[in-house]
Amino acid sequence: MSVRLSVETTAARTIGAVSRAVGRGGGTTLPGKILWRVDPRAVDALAARLPEGVALVSATNGKTTTTAMAAEILGGERRLAWNRAGANLMSGIASALVAGRRADLGLFEVDEGALPEALARTRPRAVALGNLFRDQLDRYGELEIVAERWRAAVAQLPESATLVVNADDPVVGELAHERDAALRFGLDDPRQARPVLQHAADSKYCVRCGAPYDYAAIYVGHLGDYRCPRCDHHRPALDLVATDIELRGLHSSRFRLVTPVGVVEIELGLPGLYNVYNAVAAAALSLAVGARLEDVRTGLSRFNAAFGRFERIPAGGKSVVLLLVKNPAGANEVVRTLEIGVPPVLVVALNDAIADGQDVSWIWDVDFEPLLEHAGLVIATGDRAAEVGLRMTYGGLPAERLEVIPSLEQALDRGLGLVDAGTELVILPTYTAMLALRGVLAERGAVRPYWEDRSA
Amino acid sequence: MRIRVGHLYPEYLNIYADRGNIAVLTRRAALRGHELEVRSIGLGDDLDPGAHDLLYVGGGQDREQGLIAPDLAAKGEALRAAHSRGVALLAVCGGYQLLGRGYRARDDSFMPGAGLFSHETVAGDVRMIGDVLLDCELEPGRRQRIAGFENHAGRTVLDPGADPLGRVVHGFGNDGQSGFEGCRLGRALGTYLHGPLLPRNAWLADWLLAQALAHATGGEAKPLAPLADELEDAAFRVAAERARKRGGRH
Repeated sequence: MSVRLSVETTAARTIGAVSRAVGRGGGTTLPGKILWRVDPRAVDALAARLPEGVALVSATNGKTTTTAMAAEILGGERRLAWNRAGANLMSGIASALVAGRRADLGLFEVDEGALPEALARTRPRAVALGNLFRDQLDRYGELEIVAERWRAAVAQLPESATLVVNADDPVVGELAHERDAALRFGLDDPRQARPVLQHAADSKYCVRCGAPYDYAAIYVGHLGDYRCPRCDHHRPALDLVATDIELRGLHSSRFRLVTPVGVVEIELGLPGLYNVYNAVAAAALSLAVGARLEDVRTGLSRFNAAFGRFERIPAGGKSVVLLLVKNPAGANEVVRTLEIGVPPVLVVALNDAIADGQDVSWIWDVDFEPLLEHAGLVIATGDRAAEVGLRMTYGGLPAERLEVIPSLEQALDRGLGLVDAGTELVILPTYTAMLALRGVLAERGAVRPYWEDRSA
Repeated sequence: MRIRVGHLYPEYLNIYADRGNIAVLTRRAALRGHELEVRSIGLGDDLDPGAHDLLYVGGGQDREQGLIAPDLAAKGEALRAAHSRGVALLAVCGGYQLLGRGYRARDDSFMPGAGLFSHETVAGDVRMIGDVLLDCELEPGRRQRIAGFENHAGRTVLDPGADPLGRVVHGFGNDGQSGFEGCRLGRALGTYLHGPLLPRNAWLADWLLAQALAHATGGEAKPLAPLADELEDAAFRVAAERARKRGGRH
């Protein structure tokens, strides 16, 4: 390490410790922010020092979970530099590089907007790209703007780097068109297909000619087995595929994973088809950087939940389940998971800080309706609680089954007071609402602050 | 009374919670004993100027808007005919742009619009994104406010003499300079505001319903019976406060 880099990283680590000591919430990005501001090229140098190189994950939905799954698969035999708490801008990656300076492999989730710069600076040996959904339009503008930036960035990727793409997403799959070093993944199980495209489906028009796709199967949002009736653009042949998928309600799932190096049965302690996508993405990325198939099987079976994504937190003889929601496609899948057993009390927590999306109109594109018929009570909370209340009211929820309680802590207590001992309270929070609720539970000793979680 | 709504291109233009606006109109009509019948009007479908009391055009991403723009321009004459018969109309964001004379892209190419509103939109370099608060006066002497969210790169300039929907209190508005937002032409309203627009601006939903009912009955627009809008008002207050604190400005 050069003297300058060494001084900078030491200073950055000290700032992280100070930030935590004074209680400024985690300090997960502060040291990196300093380093990033002082010398952005330090990121290039730190990344280049990692003996096994860098692997990146980006997507609208599932970045944190996919990266955490890959960490579980790869972490057994390697020391990882990993941005586990989801600080996924360049400053967060810089922080993880500083903290993991003796790591073997860098494993980073990357914000969609930051992907071009992350690719240029960390020079990854493998990149997994999961999906593009409409998300936080107030931050990124439109989906097509992100897609266009991804196309330009991926075109600069060296031939030697493996590009892992979700071929079920027409826009993402097309990124690997005619690329040799690529792994294309997807699902094949018509039993899990949705009958029709949902309201919020995004890329349902052919990426090459604009005609509406025909789908042999639709799995999540616009992800599926598509074919253009006009120009015949269709889902490419898959290198990794999940088949024989069994979803077991709110708790777990299993599937058969077919890969170029063999077939394994995967037991996953997470519900939902979207988590099957995340698991296959993590498997493909891990294989691309040298994991064995057996590591994939055991790593995925050990995996619990990433930070705030389907996390169960005990709270006085009951538990709280946090299901992060942030955009229509993700929230629709959460709703689909809950449809199997609609909870008697459902808390929906909507904040509108930058990290949540300042534009809250997306809640109207979520198909909450299947839950409204059966939910005994919906508690609307957060800074934009009234908007949630309106969404539910105009979605048909009778006034007597709706409570609007803007204070997150009061809503949490109201919900906990209503569910039976031994059962769980289901909360759908946006990102900063999730942090705040976790904070309340941490103060009560129910959950450790996230910066004290076991580190890699 | 049955209110017939024509929803243009719901498959393509649906990005900013447009169905929220439709849901609000449906329920608020039902609470007054009216039935909203919503039919979609798609690519290549005929638009019968006399078949609707209210027309709705939502917003889409550039790609989807490009796919329907020529079809909408071809429906221009029927749209103008419907408007002059007294059919009410709400157009949001992309739909608002496409109902003007046209859109000039950065490469100077011109995409013709439906020619209902007297405005033209020019592609801008910086997106105008943020919370917005408007002052408006749809009925003489009745000042009202509208709170919403805008996200557009196009700068829309009204022709001299064309009326805006309102004046910007906080936020960018049509072009970030004129202080105008949206366009109002009789019973037709165009605006960049989504969020969605109608749930937290209940009075505006009722104004549109009153115009649609006036067309359906052939009479004058009459105010609707008020509803208990506590949640609507609470949501408006928070949104208005957001616009005051963080609404877009240059």
